[in-house]
Amino acid sequence: MKFTWFNLMPWPYLPDDFREKHHSVWVDIDQRLFDPVKSHEVYNTYMDLLEYAGTLGFDGIGVNEHHQNGYGIMPSPNIIAAGLARRTKDAAIVVLGNSIALYNPPVRVAEEFAMLDCISGGRLVAGFPVGTSMDTNYCYGQIPALTREKYAEAHDLIIKAWTTRDPFAFNGRYNKLRHVNIWPRPIQQPHPPIHIPGGGSVETYDFCIDNTYSYSYLSFTGYLRARALMQGYWNRVEERGAPDKSPYRAGFAQTICVAETDEEAERLYWPHVNYFYNRCLHVYPGFADAPGYRTIKTIQTGALSQYAPPRGGFAELTWKDLIEGGHVIAGSPETVRQRLEDLAKSLHVGNIFCLMHVGDMPAEKCMYSTKLFADKVMPQLRNIFPEWADDDRFWCHPIEHRAVAGSLPPAPTSAPGLAPRQPVPAE
Amino acid sequence: MDSKTVETRHAPIRYLEGGQGEALVYLHGAGGMTPDDPILAELTSRFHVYAPYLPGYGETEECGSLRDMLDFALHGWDVVEALGLNNPILVGHSMGGMIAAEMAALAPNDVSRLVLICPAGLWLDEHPIVDMFSLLPFEMPGYLFHDPEAGAKLMTSGLDLSDPKFLQDYLVRNARQLGMAGKLLFPIPERGLAERLYRVKAKTVIVWGESDRMIPPIYGPAFQSAIAGATLVNVPEAGHMVIAEKPEAVAKAVEAVA
Repeated sequence: MKFTWFNLMPWPYLPDDFREKHHSVWVDIDQRLFDPVKSHEVYNTYMDLLEYAGTLGFDGIGVNEHHQNGYGIMPSPNIIAAGLARRTKDAAIVVLGNSIALYNPPVRVAEEFAMLDCISGGRLVAGFPVGTSMDTNYCYGQIPALTREKYAEAHDLIIKAWTTRDPFAFNGRYNKLRHVNIWPRPIQQPHPPIHIPGGGSVETYDFCIDNTYSYSYLSFTGYLRARALMQGYWNRVEERGAPDKSPYRAGFAQTICVAETDEEAERLYWPHVNYFYNRCLHVYPGFADAPGYRTIKTIQTGALSQYAPPRGGFAELTWKDLIEGGHVIAGSPETVRQRLEDLAKSLHVGNIFCLMHVGDMPAEKCMYSTKLFADKVMPQLRNIFPEWADDDRFWCHPIEHRAVAGSLPPAPTSAPGLAPRQPVPAE
Repeated sequence: MDSKTVETRHAPIRYLEGGQGEALVYLHGAGGMTPDDPILAELTSRFHVYAPYLPGYGETEECGSLRDMLDFALHGWDVVEALGLNNPILVGHSMGGMIAAEMAALAPNDVSRLVLICPAGLWLDEHPIVDMFSLLPFEMPGYLFHDPEAGAKLMTSGLDLSDPKFLQDYLVRNARQLGMAGKLLFPIPERGLAERLYRVKAKTVIVWGESDRMIPPIYGPAFQSAIAGATLVNVPEAGHMVIAEKPEAVAKAVEAVA
């Protein structure tokens, strides 16, 4: 199993009457609710928490991209990832990911991901989401019915830029580039592993299967509701004639909170879980799914945006609702272990994106939960899929000797010795 | 009206045909068209009407290779050509008006009579047009009709909102129609028309519902001043769906250029 500690980076100061008084947490959220001075503390704490998780044996630490969003203050995950690459040693830097249709030209993603891979010593796991309709269409103005075509072209361009050693011309519909020649290029060959976050589009299943990318279902509604969707994916893996059904072909995001006992978990974490599920997810339904964003085929399969309100509207969810519904896995280490084992086996997923900072959770509680998970839960779950232990196709391959940040020699007190310049041998 | 099909390069196009008199091509708006639309009844009582369904609308399949304004305008001319028409009266409502205006700017010598009914296509910073793509169904009538209550009844007549199958069909229809419309209208319904309207040579009438809250009536004078000799007819007690609320007034305005 691969465990990635994930922080969505929610803004922790949404007011108590947010849901009643405000139109949406996303797209047209009231800017006055953001306090840049307070954000200084928030950003640094959130990055500290990611770094902390990196010291506890998590396989990866994860960031993602959202725009104009009250529960994700990370429009540029690459900026956060760059900081993490410097301050962590072993954990994979999981950027899940860059919405590649939004970068102009998408070569920018090939370059920035290459920089992250080089700085981190080959620790990058790259994610290429189509992006939610909120981000892609309503915030960044992409035409819904053309988004997927533009995404596909961006993907082809990035892969070609990563894998072609000579300058090439790229005559795309959305990108006309005469001299593609990225510099730097990634350490990992032929390119860093790629994970594709999806929400049930059949086309995305096929895209992952055909390219040997890992399919990630990033939902907040938990593993019980995800069973039908993931079964659809695995059925498709079989239909499409993939060579294997490795669990690492799939990933799943799950909110997790650990305490000494189930009761303690509720007492400690309920306010923050409540903040996230009953306040942060207040997305105006008109922004959930721009017409044309989802393909007709996908709508016909009944897959609706997870942001669209259920029929009858959202009710106030209780701790009991969230635990029983599987939105949240919380409790003692043993409770959490059992449920995660159930999750991994029933969804057949090898990559778990652990959402362990929840809502407005303060650092102390987050560290407590994270430490308990790392010490008492994670080791018990390592070997759920022993037959796939050697499947490294979907994970990063760092170089052996990696630089340590801050390793300059002592500042010279006099002119350094006149060491001759090392010649660069001619080819 | 009869429902027929004509072949074009992009897709077989379904169209409605009826009435006697001069040939008139009617281009529907982003909300689509049905054979029962009151505007079609009014027009067919005066003209020989051809009303094609754009790709993604009605029984015309969606078409991935129509992507931008030029594609749609040329497709419009392809349809006119395929119907065997020469200089028909060109009428368009809302998005259809935007396409008709582009067609007239692109081929000014092929159209001598043009009717734009609260057309999309211009953008005034001081009068932003509502983001129709993020509106929920129940919010629509307030923007579309002078009388939203009566409008809501018009929109939902014959539909069973409690039927889950209906909801599924509704989502599919919405995705097909507005998915195509989005190529011209999302996120801002403007694709450079203002820089091309000077080319229009047709005798042009612009019709606007005075209570239009989708594209405010202030856009009427903006179109009028951009097209030489255009006249503007403001229709009282009508909204963006002036074609449903005051179809007779619209048909009379069409007669004025015919």
